[in-house]
Amino acid sequence: MTLFASLTALLLALFTASLCIGSAALTPWNSLPALFGLGDPLTVLIMQEIRLPRALLAALVGGSLGLSGAAMQGYLRNPLAEPGLIGVSGSAALGAVIALQTGIAALFTLALPLMALAFALGSVGLILMLAGPRGASLTLILAGIAISALAGALTSLVLNLSPNPYAAYEIMFWLMGSVADRSMTHVTLALPVMAVGWVLLATLGRGLDALTLGEDAAESLGVSLTTLRLRLLGGTAAAVGAATAVTGAVGFVGLVVPHLLRPLTGARPSTLLGASTLGGASMVLAADLAVRLVLPSKDLKLGVVMAIIGAPLFLHLIYKTRREIL
Amino acid sequence: MTLLSVQTLTVRRGQCPVVDHVSFGIAPGECVGLIGPNGSGKTTLMRAALGLLPHDGHSSLSDPRTRARTAAWLPQERAIAWPMPVEAIVTLGRLPHLPRSGRVSDADQAAIDRALERTGLTGFRQRTATELSGGEQARVLIARALAQDTPLLMADEPIAGLDPAAQLATLGVFSDLAKAGRGVLTSLHDLSLAARYCTRLLLLSQGRLVADGPPAEVLTPENLARVFHLRARVLQTEDGPLFQPLDVLP
Repeated sequence: MTLFASLTALLLALFTASLCIGSAALTPWNSLPALFGLGDPLTVLIMQEIRLPRALLAALVGGSLGLSGAAMQGYLRNPLAEPGLIGVSGSAALGAVIALQTGIAALFTLALPLMALAFALGSVGLILMLAGPRGASLTLILAGIAISALAGALTSLVLNLSPNPYAAYEIMFWLMGSVADRSMTHVTLALPVMAVGWVLLATLGRGLDALTLGEDAAESLGVSLTTLRLRLLGGTAAAVGAATAVTGAVGFVGLVVPHLLRPLTGARPSTLLGASTLGGASMVLAADLAVRLVLPSKDLKLGVVMAIIGAPLFLHLIYKTRREIL
Repeated sequence: MTLLSVQTLTVRRGQCPVVDHVSFGIAPGECVGLIGPNGSGKTTLMRAALGLLPHDGHSSLSDPRTRARTAAWLPQERAIAWPMPVEAIVTLGRLPHLPRSGRVSDADQAAIDRALERTGLTGFRQRTATELSGGEQARVLIARALAQDTPLLMADEPIAGLDPAAQLATLGVFSDLAKAGRGVLTSLHDLSLAARYCTRLLLLSQGRLVADGPPAEVLTPENLARVFHLRARVLQTEDGPLFQPLDVLP
């Protein structure tokens, strides 16, 4: 319980910090009341329309990635698994890139995220067709890798065929992932879809615990693997698809956060689900703070910073695990 | 009353039947050993009886809603995926009994403690399961199955890789369970231990049930020669029957 309390405290602290830090010089005494519409109208506008959606999206996206990462690792019983493994984020990115390239994105605000979401859900449908609803976890990974590769190749093709350098720039910057300059419209689009995903994933705890003993033992303990797999795929598609749709590709969260928190949860997959949700939200909020603090003038992209933090962290974890195995 | 009833159970891999029209029942108080050479269909028969494999014929356990409270299944594959404490692994056996909230009641805890004690793991509660030796991990998984506290226990080669004392202790627990009115079905390769601890043996050969009865009636020289290609002696001693294989027959 202390773990959850400290993670929640960390999340709240980072969320508040995210609201208080930005390019406009505001003191917390001015900015926090402005969140509730008190004080200078300009400050109110900055807080409600710029900083609040940014902090909310960072937390929601991080939570989605952390939760689905923990669920995916629990299902595949592999600490190297991550939500991107089943091709959801790659497909969502492809949808977004096509929206940018064809100009659909310019038609209305939500055109791009809706297109990305549609591709994410489509990719899960494709995986189910390839692997079958009763497919073993290995077939699922292979189908996911194939779809990821295809989505990656098609994304490159779109970049390759882009009519002018500006379009290519736009696509590349979008692909790097960011929560800057998003509005509450993005939050209201992503939140309901993510919530569906969270509900589906949060109910997996018992099944994932049982899977610790292998698929056969889990099934004999009353876990229906077919339902578990469907809920996992649906939940990941909704949570990660919605996350990628509004922020672009943010990697490493789903891989590193569960890995980092596993020792603190007694390695129990069900406890890890909740812990990773809080931890993922904190990590993305922290990375987004770093984006604003390190090089405020350069418009650093969240996905880039996340990978720069995440990769060495992951190397460190591998190094530690290696020593444990020896 | 039977704990498990299997009628004309058939499992096909392609066209070839791996388990071929097998029928048997297990009553409370029986410790049944399932014996047969490699590839005779022991694992497949047990998995199909549990409803984990598509099959023809009938098994009383194939309804997944009642299975988890009727039979505990200890697969041959000894999987402990995460570095969880021993007690947490054993607690997984209580999953079918736990309420939605996952709260472990006093009755659950009592079953867990009993299972740990029976497998000699009481001192290992807080140890990380994946850091134990292979044999100790096997005992943790046996404790997990015992904690499920079901009328029937089905185990696939539970004593493979255990030291001699742990082998005897495990089969001792199984036979005690049977004496207390539970049922046990376990596949075994050690015919000597099968003869000593089981009340009844099922002999499988190429997917067919070729003998079913008390150990002395199943482990006959003819059956051993025909099914196992072994020449062996069964000595009746005051410690029970002793089985010693002597030669491989052509």
